[in-house]
Amino acid sequence: MKSWRKLMPWFVAALCFYFLIAFLFEGEPKAGYALREFSRFPVLLNGRIKPLDTVARTSLLILCGKQSLRVDDGQSLSAIEWLTELMARPEAADDRKVFKITNPDTLGALGLQEEENKNYSFSQFVPRARDIERQAELANNVEEQLRTPFQRDIVKLYERVTLYFRLKNSLQVADTDDFQAEVEAYGKTIASGLPITKSASNSGPLETGSDAAQRFSFLAQTAYFFPVPPASQSGKPEEWKKMGESLIAATKETGIAPPARAYAAVVSAYRKQDAPAFNSAVAEYRAWLREHIGKTTRTAQLEVFFNAFAPFYKSMTLYVLVFILACVSWLVRPGALGRYAFYLLIFGFAIHTTGLLFRIYLEGRPPVTNLYSSAVFIGWGAVLLGIILERFYRNGIGSATASILGFLTLLIAHHLSLDGDTMEMMRAVLDTNGWLATHVVCITLGYASTYLAGFLALMYIVRGVFTSSLDEETASSLSRMVYGIVCFATLFSFVGTILGGIWADQSWGRFWGWDPKENGALLIVLWNAIILHARWGGLVRQRGLMVLAVFGNIVTSWSWFGVNMLGIGLHSYGFMDKAFPWLIAFMITQVFMMALAALPGLRPKRAK
Amino acid sequence: MIRYLKACGRTLSSLRLTVVLLGLSMVLIFFGTLDQVHLGIHAAQAKYFRSPFVFWQPAGAGWKIPVFPGGYLIGTLLFMNLVAAHGIRFKLAAKKIGIFFIHAGVVVLLLGELFTGLFAKESMMRMDIGTAQTYSEAPRETELAVIDTSSNEDDLVVAIPESLLARATVIQHPALPFTLKIVKFIANTALAMRSQAPNSPPSLATIGIGPSVVATEIPRTVKQDERDLTTVFVQINTVQGPLGTWLVSNALGAPQAFTYDGHTYELRMRQKRYYKPFTIKLVDFRHDVYPGTDIPKNFSSRIRLIDSRQKEDRNVLIYMNSPLRYSGYTFYQAGFDNNDKTSILQVVKNPTFLLPYIACGLVGAGLLTQFSMHLVGFLRRRRA
Repeated sequence: MKSWRKLMPWFVAALCFYFLIAFLFEGEPKAGYALREFSRFPVLLNGRIKPLDTVARTSLLILCGKQSLRVDDGQSLSAIEWLTELMARPEAADDRKVFKITNPDTLGALGLQEEENKNYSFSQFVPRARDIERQAELANNVEEQLRTPFQRDIVKLYERVTLYFRLKNSLQVADTDDFQAEVEAYGKTIASGLPITKSASNSGPLETGSDAAQRFSFLAQTAYFFPVPPASQSGKPEEWKKMGESLIAATKETGIAPPARAYAAVVSAYRKQDAPAFNSAVAEYRAWLREHIGKTTRTAQLEVFFNAFAPFYKSMTLYVLVFILACVSWLVRPGALGRYAFYLLIFGFAIHTTGLLFRIYLEGRPPVTNLYSSAVFIGWGAVLLGIILERFYRNGIGSATASILGFLTLLIAHHLSLDGDTMEMMRAVLDTNGWLATHVVCITLGYASTYLAGFLALMYIVRGVFTSSLDEETASSLSRMVYGIVCFATLFSFVGTILGGIWADQSWGRFWGWDPKENGALLIVLWNAIILHARWGGLVRQRGLMVLAVFGNIVTSWSWFGVNMLGIGLHSYGFMDKAFPWLIAFMITQVFMMALAALPGLRPKRAK
Repeated sequence: MIRYLKACGRTLSSLRLTVVLLGLSMVLIFFGTLDQVHLGIHAAQAKYFRSPFVFWQPAGAGWKIPVFPGGYLIGTLLFMNLVAAHGIRFKLAAKKIGIFFIHAGVVVLLLGELFTGLFAKESMMRMDIGTAQTYSEAPRETELAVIDTSSNEDDLVVAIPESLLARATVIQHPALPFTLKIVKFIANTALAMRSQAPNSPPSLATIGIGPSVVATEIPRTVKQDERDLTTVFVQINTVQGPLGTWLVSNALGAPQAFTYDGHTYELRMRQKRYYKPFTIKLVDFRHDVYPGTDIPKNFSSRIRLIDSRQKEDRNVLIYMNSPLRYSGYTFYQAGFDNNDKTSILQVVKNPTFLLPYIACGLVGAGLLTQFSMHLVGFLRRRRA
């Protein structure tokens, strides 16, 4: 028994370590092919240089909401393998069911049978292309906020099909039989100084006899990303070229750019399923990248590592575990289980922090730049404060509250990430690291602490109403925690709001414009001020404090998401119709909890 | 009497009143935000925040009743509550120094918002590359300009603001040898060619382009990126009798001209102008996007500032988050148009713009002091 107790911590530590590094031992996605190396190649997309791995993952997220694809035999296809197949062997990829459609009206309009996993393939759309286009065109004429769910869905579908088509025609014109041969022949023609007329390979979808220039300009127009980098580290992002652009720009003097040549070789080798040729083409281009744009290549490589590491999913898992442990600890062994919960919480927090640091380094920005990163950061701030509370009170409450908040905010972040790349470029007015680092961070910490106070109050209510575990000591420590965190929330939301006003004065010419997002922030400040003044004035005691703190959850959610749904104002990040029912549901549960707390039954038990 | 006053003071300085007022302001702000969807931000601001009461007026009714305290009333009461609390309840103690600073900051914030509402002026400058301008334009107010263009050197302009057009019937100005009779004023108009709407009622206009145009009244716009198109039917009356009735609207491109007593006059409806004692010339405008996208990376206007009073003549680069402050005005990069050939600058004159900065310092210092004192006390108690 004693030896078991001694060994347990080591066992848990070993398990954690394995959990942390297991991803490093995963094999190549496709045996024999150096796909992992291929996934590290940097390309330019949406203004940011990122690895092909990120392009593959975010595209797949947009298409089907997942980062890997489940195929019929129960196996799963990694994002990069799917993307490589799509770019090199589109006829095979077109049968993969990558389009998730859940809206029954959309299925009806397209005459598709509802399938079990709601996933459909590009081939299924080909005969219905006209329908999709016509419906999307009709819907596009309606103002975005006034569209019906079907209209929104069909517009989304149209955009997804377009994305798929553009990816397919990014490295070569889809269905080219031997792109490498075509490019080499084209290279010879250029070298000879003859005008570009007939291309060597005319087996593409364009009619026979069309010349290479025409095929390449099609490629230049359709391609989704810019794979051809400038030949030195000092090159600007503007100098990245699409495959077609690079080929058209080739002259007798320059010849075909080595990256374009390399991609042609890679695509053709994969098409012929010639693994050695694929691997040697990848290795050759990798050497070129290291030599010419080493720094960019290393950053892209780091991002692939970050993608595989998936820190936020790991901390999510840990937070669930911590929450269960902390709750169980109140019922059985408070000491030992509580300690494990606390250490696991710190472990999860360390991974969470690493993830944030990765993002800060990769983006070169302060932690909060968009709604996605605000969710990640709110979770981080709440967990940090929870750890501090737990460090002082050691009663599992800090751990439990921090972990549930960490989990929920990361879950929200996951859903926000389905829209694509979460490291977007900053629009002009936001392009200022100083304000992002001060105003935005303060405001977000204000959200985090208001939520933490609210969730601590929920703990009080749940334990007081549904269990007999709320004794007077726990109750009074909870009350002190809530009060302390509300003070903290007032500090950050107040300072953050005023800083926001000053930023607005610097960029729009007014300190305060009663814009919805500004008003939302002000509501949080006012609500926290009300809680503090009501307590100082003796208007509320312990239970009243809890009820007020729970309402803080509603106020914060309104400010964080609600005002964006109005679709007006300078801060609106776009209409989020999908989240609306969830927001309302959350608010209703909070009102319900407040009502529960107001029942006379809630009273802490006398200590024995 | 004294007892009565004391009770009054107690209520006015009570925390209960603070909580009630803060609660009322939350309700006000919440509905003031929601109503922006229907009213637009400026109308909602005027109705909820820059008003002593929120009034309810049934559609089409000539009366209105106050239904909720507005921003000015709640702000004033909060201000009095705060001052009374410090006068009656608070003892100035070292322990309360943080609170004192926070409250001082809040007072400065409230005053700042009040003064901004009263004194700040916002206008726009819309310039094509290569042109110079000595005035800015009000974003929402219009004026009827009567311009005497006869002189070779300077034009003589008489500008009649929209607010006067809306209520006046006859306007007489010493610089004009005639009077203007406002036959009809329309705050927001849809103009159509008469040929396309043959069944419309006859026009009030008798001369100029007016008779061939149909002006229909439409509701005022609530969208931030739209302007009202003001139209006025104006009859010019001289001692010899009327010259005719013109339709003047800012929906019309070219000004309409007439001659009287050897002078040529132009009639033009335009955005209300604020003239400046200096000139701004747009040298260049840049609109950079991230490569391969249409996400704006930067907007910037390179301008030349010419002020003959100060003998200033220099180039300034105005870009996002970096305005030009000059002579009490601040110029911000606000927008662009016309395929990046036109830059739009926001011009703000706010004499009290520094107040929020002071408030920020006070509140920040106060919160930090108070919070640190709490934290130190908490840690000390735990250690004991």
